[in-house]
Amino acid sequence: MNATLPQTNTSEIPAPPRRLLTYFEEGGHTLGSWLLTTDHKRIGILYLYSIVFFFTIAAIAAALMRMELVTPSGDMVTSETYNKLFTIHGATMVWFFLIPSIPSVLGNFVVPLMIGARDLAFPRLNLLSWYLFNLGGLLAIYSIAFGGVDTGWTFYEPYSSAFSNTHVVTMVAGIFIAGFSSILTGLNFIVSIHTLRAPGMTWFKLPLFLWSTYATSIILVLATPVLAMTLVLVAAEKIWGVGIFDPRLGGDPVLFQHMFWFYSHPAVYIMILPGMGVVSEVIPCFSRKPIFGYHFVAFSSVAIALLGFFVWGHHMFVSSQSVYSALVFSMASYLVAVPSAIKVFNWTMTLYRGRIYLDTPMLYALGFIGLFMMGGLTGLFLAALGFNVHVHGTYFVVAHFHYIMVGGMVTGFLAGLHYWWPKITGRLYPESLGRLAALIIFIGFNITFFPQYVVGYLGMPRRYHAYAPEFQLYNVMSSAGASILGVGYLLPLIYLIWSLKHGKKAPPNPWKATGLEWQTPSPPPKHNFAQTPIVTQEPYQYSPEIEEELVHG
Amino acid sequence: MTFPILPEQASKVAEQTDNLYWGLLCISAAVCLIVFVPMACFLFKYRNGKPADRTPLHLPELKIELTWTLVPLLIFMCFYVWGAQNYFQVERPPPNALNIDVVGKQWMWKVQHPEGNREIDELHVPLGRMVKLTMTSEDVIHDLYLPAFRIKQDVVPGRYTTEWFKAAKLGSYHLFCSEYCGTSHSLMVGHVIVLTPAEYQAWLTKGQPGSTLAQSGENLFRELGCSGCHVGKSVVRAPPLEGLFGKPVPLSDREVVTADEGYLRDSILYPAKQIVAGYTNDMPSFRGKVSEEELLQIIAYIKSLGSQTPVREQ
Repeated sequence: MNATLPQTNTSEIPAPPRRLLTYFEEGGHTLGSWLLTTDHKRIGILYLYSIVFFFTIAAIAAALMRMELVTPSGDMVTSETYNKLFTIHGATMVWFFLIPSIPSVLGNFVVPLMIGARDLAFPRLNLLSWYLFNLGGLLAIYSIAFGGVDTGWTFYEPYSSAFSNTHVVTMVAGIFIAGFSSILTGLNFIVSIHTLRAPGMTWFKLPLFLWSTYATSIILVLATPVLAMTLVLVAAEKIWGVGIFDPRLGGDPVLFQHMFWFYSHPAVYIMILPGMGVVSEVIPCFSRKPIFGYHFVAFSSVAIALLGFFVWGHHMFVSSQSVYSALVFSMASYLVAVPSAIKVFNWTMTLYRGRIYLDTPMLYALGFIGLFMMGGLTGLFLAALGFNVHVHGTYFVVAHFHYIMVGGMVTGFLAGLHYWWPKITGRLYPESLGRLAALIIFIGFNITFFPQYVVGYLGMPRRYHAYAPEFQLYNVMSSAGASILGVGYLLPLIYLIWSLKHGKKAPPNPWKATGLEWQTPSPPPKHNFAQTPIVTQEPYQYSPEIEEELVHG
Repeated sequence: MTFPILPEQASKVAEQTDNLYWGLLCISAAVCLIVFVPMACFLFKYRNGKPADRTPLHLPELKIELTWTLVPLLIFMCFYVWGAQNYFQVERPPPNALNIDVVGKQWMWKVQHPEGNREIDELHVPLGRMVKLTMTSEDVIHDLYLPAFRIKQDVVPGRYTTEWFKAAKLGSYHLFCSEYCGTSHSLMVGHVIVLTPAEYQAWLTKGQPGSTLAQSGENLFRELGCSGCHVGKSVVRAPPLEGLFGKPVPLSDREVVTADEGYLRDSILYPAKQIVAGYTNDMPSFRGKVSEEELLQIIAYIKSLGSQTPVREQ
């Protein structure tokens, strides 16, 4: 892009004169060295511990729900318990796993490395955001452990302020505090990407993961405050009886939905854009080709982030909003699908005439494309107003957003985790087990969630503890698939931990990838690079004609 | 265990929604073919270790990008229009429909027929007749969902929402609450029972209500003292209600509103909110004094005082 710079060599990184201490070794192994660290890499790992913990809680809730739903009658747990289970599952997965998953774990680790910086712009703020996140998480755990919350993750009014006698206020406070962690992380990424790029790294030499992280950060910074306001208003109504949403106090319950979705719809893109960023890194690397349509992929991330702010009303087509505003929201929802489609087409085109290595990260990335397509296409179903009226609030919607968030984001997270695992830990994971797990997850996922489309169209409403008998077959399939999916998720947990001690030592660049993060040892030294790298080339300068020997565990 | 693919199709709207569903499924299948078939070919043909021509091509990138930006956009817009057309039909109740009132509360559906018949968690309707439900909630947001008719609408406290359907098939169909409303949400279910017009008439007669909805409303109108001001030509303190329903009402702040159910409801509960031009705010609020069902009865009575769609008398 920058014609004045020579485009000859790869980035000039002189070999380090001596072996630098890794970020594990430097600073020591004490608890204090971790809890007081300002190193973005260690903070990334701290986040990894936190989100695995929250994922486990939310996954257990899901497992219990799937067990309950094997039979039509609500016979395993009471309705109250079931309602608390889906609230725990939703709220924890959204705010304490999905939103921080790729940005706070992988983003924290690789963003400074990818831009050739020593750390993020505000390292102390970065540590603060981890503490805020955990403080919020603790409040959420407190609400769950001491009685639970039964409002659903959406806290719809006036149920949550006037009718629910559960721990709504502490849960809301936890999410409120964790929101500040999101804002600070987003701010840190925006400032770092603006100011800390290595010499020569112009905007159009940024790897696409950074474009998507940047777009995600815009949403984190702009949308999260609206959630904070909404939650404060819920608490004010619940504690002091200030009439805002409850019609008996003169409030408007539909106003709550507008405010909630004004955050939560953009937040859906927080839960997919980073996954798209990972896929945009993995696909070129494992097909040894520059990404097709770099600019379109980059700008489609920004377009998704911006258009994503104007579609919140598509959650409210049957809420009694005006038919004319529904028209506008429906059209905007179709528009936001276009940049997503552009990405899928470009990824597919990148494979053409490439040299394809079906390694674990690539298998996850391909799985991402498939599952995201299914989720995206059914998004078009839901955006069609007349269709939406029938399936709104049914399992069709549940299937749709799980295809995006689990099929998309979790698969993207696993792609990224495997891709950068050698860099993060200095160890290789066992390749054959990695591929096996990717396959099991793909199969288990589809068995779990595909039947939910069918049962949703049949009319099974979501959040139903007991259901009509004709829906049973699909629920049994779904529960069976969930157990396969559970095995699929356990496998990486086991072999990745195993690899920490027993995995083969990783070279600096096992995948022969082009990003700056691969130009430094694995694991990187504390300050990332012995010398600040200078970027002279566009990203993804792979050539499919050369057969590379990738290093496997 | 059964293996159904589509819910029962009991109305024209259901058929139209299913057509849209098939349309969307077809286009999705086409998109999947367009993406997955080349992807599978590429993955197979260009796998590492297979000899293949991998020399980079200089493709007209911009043209390709614009094609796969604009073509999907065009297709999306077609589905947008299709979906919007169906929605307009579903969302706007046709005139002269049979109006049935529904009040949702944790965790039951209370139904009032114009003839005065009442039922809980069951909704008897005649075949082939447009039925319009006027709905509100006593507590939280509910949603009245009829899968066989492919319609649903949130039932919101503090306002009236409507949905309509015209049953084309006899039978008993699911009625679900599809907006989470608390502990026994999944038990807030019932049935719509479609009867032939004759059977429906027989069912109405068998119920033997003491008075029609409008008559109950009239009784309330007197008991609550509304008639003291709103009836009679001698005392002109309150606006007359004859022929009011459905007409435009000029307000003291120069705004003009239509006297629909929502307006009548607000005028009874929050009389100070909208003052009719030429009157002063003398009316007391009836908040807490009338239940949602009673409100609907009073409204039925006001409607019966002459409106564009007169309430049927027996």
